[in-house]
Amino acid sequence: MMTATTEVRGTRAPLRPAATGPSPTRARRNPVLRVLAESADLALRNLLHLRRTPGLLITCLVEPVVYAMLIGYVFGNSLGGPAYRSYMVAGLLAQTVAFTTTFTTVGLARDLEQGMVDRFRALPVSRVALLLGRTTSDLAACGASVAVTTACGLLMGWRPHTGPFEVAAGVLLALLFSFAMSWIGVFVALVAPNTQVAGSLGLIWLFPATFVSSAFVSGSSLPGPLSTLAAWNPITSLAGALRQLFGNTPPPGFRVQHDWPAQHPALYTSACSVLLIAVFVTLSTWRYHTRTSR
Amino acid sequence: MNPGEVLGLLGPNGAGKTTLVKILTTLLQPDSGRAFVNGWNVTAEPEKVRSTIGMAGQYSTVDALLTGFENLYLVAKLRGVGRRTARRLADDLLSRFRLTDVAGRPAGTYSGGMRRRLDLAAALVGSPPLVVLDEPTTGLDPESRLDTWEAVGELAADGITVLLTTQYLEEADRLADRITVIDRGQVVAEGTSDELKAAAGNRLVVCVAEDHQLDAAARAAHRATGAVPTVDRRARRVEAAAADGRAALGRALTALEGERVEVLEIGLSRCTLDDVFLGLTSRARREAA
Repeated sequence: MMTATTEVRGTRAPLRPAATGPSPTRARRNPVLRVLAESADLALRNLLHLRRTPGLLITCLVEPVVYAMLIGYVFGNSLGGPAYRSYMVAGLLAQTVAFTTTFTTVGLARDLEQGMVDRFRALPVSRVALLLGRTTSDLAACGASVAVTTACGLLMGWRPHTGPFEVAAGVLLALLFSFAMSWIGVFVALVAPNTQVAGSLGLIWLFPATFVSSAFVSGSSLPGPLSTLAAWNPITSLAGALRQLFGNTPPPGFRVQHDWPAQHPALYTSACSVLLIAVFVTLSTWRYHTRTSR
Repeated sequence: MNPGEVLGLLGPNGAGKTTLVKILTTLLQPDSGRAFVNGWNVTAEPEKVRSTIGMAGQYSTVDALLTGFENLYLVAKLRGVGRRTARRLADDLLSRFRLTDVAGRPAGTYSGGMRRRLDLAAALVGSPPLVVLDEPTTGLDPESRLDTWEAVGELAADGITVLLTTQYLEEADRLADRITVIDRGQVVAEGTSDELKAAAGNRLVVCVAEDHQLDAAARAAHRATGAVPTVDRRARRVEAAAADGRAALGRALTALEGERVEVLEIGLSRCTLDDVFLGLTSRARREAA
């Protein structure tokens, strides 16, 4: 390949003071603040994309309604009617935030494919900011989906029976988990060769992960090892934590699991989220660098 | 490269132009060797390199969903300027590239030429001293190409150093102060367009009055230059590469006299950059074989 020593040098002083801003090399104060500022700029750009892409808006705002109707009324009526529906809302919320991962995967994969990432990479932008901007905007999008799901729940007769602090804590926990799922999505996008593969890779593990849990059914009704898997699935514990925080009880006849995660659902979910974030931020940053130097 | 000049990097497909550009803009790590941009080593200090170059890619990478203004504003913000300055920079560049009227429309609705101009404008945000343009007119219609050439010409007039890759000779001839020809990752020639043309020698051109004299003219041209002449029967013209210019012309006149050819026009013409390019890249290929 290129083996020669190449020297490219430009004029240091641009000759056009009128169109010149501050020197492009100006160092920004604090490296942490800098990464945050760059992430915020990129996150705003992603949100503008979201607003202008009907397909993404549908995923973000209409899909939660479809799932609420489907599970609430198709399955709900044979599983206990109104009592099931108020039990199920916590599961719906857990599912909604888990699905953020696909959203991230597809968004990032598209930017990679269209060369936008290269453009940003040729700018003096911190590389973490590129990924953090994506997960931040997806967190905001997920907030909107959570609001839609909550509104659907309220329309279906679900009510929280605790105070505003517990409800706020529940929403925050859900968003923390969504952020963790989003980082998994970043990694999937970085290992996928193109947007299409990224899209299916992003979904293929998500459906079993969501449904082998107590989000919509009683985990203890699952056969053998699946039941254990469901008990330790953070989606189960998130749904459980939300039920606890909202004061929703299972419909009569629902068997409840009593494993450790079921007894400390909020703690277990937070721990899982923090662990997932740590692991996938590390993996993604590493993968991003190796992908760069290919 | 010298400050303020336009260096054209010319080469056929697969010659390594884009690879070099990616290395210089820190998108790729070189397998071996070193590269310096504005005095910074691309492997050791990529951050410094990135803050002193502007780049416009082979495929226009403007954000189709953002408006022209938003595209430039985002790049300005990412280069670390404040909100107000970013807004002013974006407005200045939009008017400079005649995009003010469409500033509020998503870039996806722009024509090819407008997109390319926006891409160039984005490369100029923050006035980097060096701008790298990777095949800026590939895939453009002729009118948009002229448009883009004009914009690149303005950059050069402003004293910005431009590294331009292209596979169009006309483009290099027109825009570049100096041209480097590369083929298969190796530099095969370097110089101004005049120097390259001079190095390739001249061409002897003979036009004759009658069709039946063409063969005789070709024989004479061959004797005079030692090269195999090309014969254009329709134009009744014979051309041959002449390494030693004027002397070949003198020999040709004598030879034509001997063949009793009635000459309408005879002369030496300079090689076009096309001849240079084809000569250089095919020679490199022969030597490799």
